[in-house]
Amino acid sequence: MPLLPAVLLLVLFLAGPIAYCVYYAFTDMQLTGSAVTHFVGLANFTKALHDPQFINSVVLTVVFVVGSAVIGQNTFGLALAVLMAKASKPVRQITTGVVVAAWVLPEVVAGYLMYAFFFQQGSLNAILGGLGLPRQNWLYTMPILAVCLANVWRGTAFSMMVYSAALDEVPQELVEAAMVDGAGPWQRLWRVTLPVIRRTITTNLMLITLQTLAVFGLIYTMTHGGPGNRTETLPIFMYQQAFQNSLIGYGTAIALVLLLVGAVFSAVYLRLLKLEDD
Amino acid sequence: MRTRLLATAAVAAALSATLAGCGGTAGGGSSKSIKVIYWQQLNSANKIQANYLKTQAAAFEKANPGTSVQLVPVTASENDFYTKIDLMMRAPSTTPDLVYEDTATLNSDVASGYLAPLDQDLSSWSEWQKFAPAAKAAVRGTDGKTYAVPDETDTRGIWYNKQLFAKAGLPVPWQPKSWADVLSAARAIKAKVPGAVPLNIYTGKAGGEASSMQGLEMLLYGTPAGSNSLYDARTKKWVVGSQQFKDALQFVKTVYSQGLGPTPSQALSANFSNTISDDLLPSGKLAMDIDGSWMPQHWIASGDKPWPQWSSTMATAPMPTQNGQAPGQVSMSGGWAWSIPAKARNSSLAWKFVQYLNTEQAATQWNVVNNTIAVRSDVAADPKYLKSVPTNAFFTGLVKHTYYRPALPVYTQVSTAIQDAMESVTTGQSSVAAAASTYDSAVKAAVGAGNTETGGNP
Repeated sequence: MPLLPAVLLLVLFLAGPIAYCVYYAFTDMQLTGSAVTHFVGLANFTKALHDPQFINSVVLTVVFVVGSAVIGQNTFGLALAVLMAKASKPVRQITTGVVVAAWVLPEVVAGYLMYAFFFQQGSLNAILGGLGLPRQNWLYTMPILAVCLANVWRGTAFSMMVYSAALDEVPQELVEAAMVDGAGPWQRLWRVTLPVIRRTITTNLMLITLQTLAVFGLIYTMTHGGPGNRTETLPIFMYQQAFQNSLIGYGTAIALVLLLVGAVFSAVYLRLLKLEDD
Repeated sequence: MRTRLLATAAVAAALSATLAGCGGTAGGGSSKSIKVIYWQQLNSANKIQANYLKTQAAAFEKANPGTSVQLVPVTASENDFYTKIDLMMRAPSTTPDLVYEDTATLNSDVASGYLAPLDQDLSSWSEWQKFAPAAKAAVRGTDGKTYAVPDETDTRGIWYNKQLFAKAGLPVPWQPKSWADVLSAARAIKAKVPGAVPLNIYTGKAGGEASSMQGLEMLLYGTPAGSNSLYDARTKKWVVGSQQFKDALQFVKTVYSQGLGPTPSQALSANFSNTISDDLLPSGKLAMDIDGSWMPQHWIASGDKPWPQWSSTMATAPMPTQNGQAPGQVSMSGGWAWSIPAKARNSSLAWKFVQYLNTEQAATQWNVVNNTIAVRSDVAADPKYLKSVPTNAFFTGLVKHTYYRPALPVYTQVSTAIQDAMESVTTGQSSVAAAASTYDSAVKAAVGAGNTETGGNP
């Protein structure tokens, strides 16, 4: 009985919209162009599978997630956390401040800053030119790399903070024992620290993967998904189908696929964690 | 137990209150007030329509005591503007009473049931006879009913810089006879005026509808297939796999791959049209620009880039047909119009305001301040209108050989496919043939393969 209001609220505001969303994905609902909505079964999904633009988006999404989150944010975050554990207090505070600043910025502001950094007359080219290195039109010649780097810049703080907290929990005796046994810094990291924090690694991977899958504003601000469709990840593709081509049904179906991609990544991480525990 | 029950009841009560708030009469409005939605461009320096409507609304309120006109600008990119008004018109609680839309999107909104037919009101409105037949056709739905009152149109041609032409040794006045003439002029500029961009033709998705209309369609409708090059009105089928479409793409590819246009990265950047009107043209860095009749609105004293010398620097030429075949020139037209949403709560007052905005005097003033082409015969002949901008007579003359886009609901998707094809040849990502075949499959997916035909026959 006391749970009833909470359950009602949840059903109304959480389950309701989700159920609606799932329903829309099986209809041909349009924002404009048709007054009636039909149930079309799996038509939206088969359409997606035969759409080369959609396949392109899935590939780019995987590249973006693996490149910027799994490799970029994760490795940099861990590296920063390890280095900072050994650093003096002022260095630590300054580094944390700088890295976290990128993270607390609103997404659109971060996207705009990154645009200003990468675009043809931007700061990156100014720096490269100053060093006598060749300039590049980053957003045009290698846009997916540019947005990956932007996402690494923006998201590393999260991994860094998670790992900093985890490193504090590594028992000092273990590390010292390994040192006495003659293990070098790499061996200590690889054989002592990482196994101890492996649960944190999995949790962190799962969180940043889901965050990165949902990145829209950053890419949209920097490239609009272009040039061509070379940075058109699933969220951008979905937006374009739903709100530019007015195909709400198709767009919603793509959103469901995005959900599925997230689920696949999560399942892999959970499985890895389980394997290690056994 | 009792307190728990009470708490439950309280929450339930609060919940239903919230619900009532969501679906209720928020935004309300007495029978004496109307909500009018129009598009405020992202370029906030352009307040022409805002200022015009403000004075008209104030005068209307004065003439009709007790009424109130609530003007709601939607500040967004053009695509987002349509998304927002579509969402507003879906529900009675958010719908405006009057909305200003591009005629190209009209049929799509008619098919959605968002707009109310105006035939009954129009039949008793004597001014309606003075509207040009082509403009009336542009606001007629596929069901034959009329859904809007247009108050402007536009035409497109080539703007060129006389000083740069003189430097390149090209004749002024200049009249290209074919696409080849345009390209050879661009090559002359490239060779003799270093630092100047020879020719701009809008391309890619960032340009949006400007790429489709000022870009590819200006070429496509100038091929021998003419009015049947994109959509065959006789068979009611969309044209795919045509040589004409490839020819038009080839023109775009030539411009961008041979350095006759802006750099691809520049052309594909967002807001490039502002760069053209406010920077490249006024600073004399662009020799030719395939663009619309409205360009001077940027350059007049109240525009966003006042440039008094424009009328002595810039000249205009009609866009030639592909090989110079009759009628020798081509133009595309659009135009905006006032519609009353089907769910509007105060459509009678909205209709009164539409009439107020479309008296001869108001229409002349609007076409003059906004530098648009008149749709009323009396305004088109008015010396005040013809003399207000030196190019008005030229662009009004293009109306003879102009085309309107196929105003069908799926047009927006076809237009996106056009922009994709243009972008991929501009970047060099695809060959012309590959881009055309991607376009074909996108069109088939959007309209259904049964609604397409192979061809492009004249």
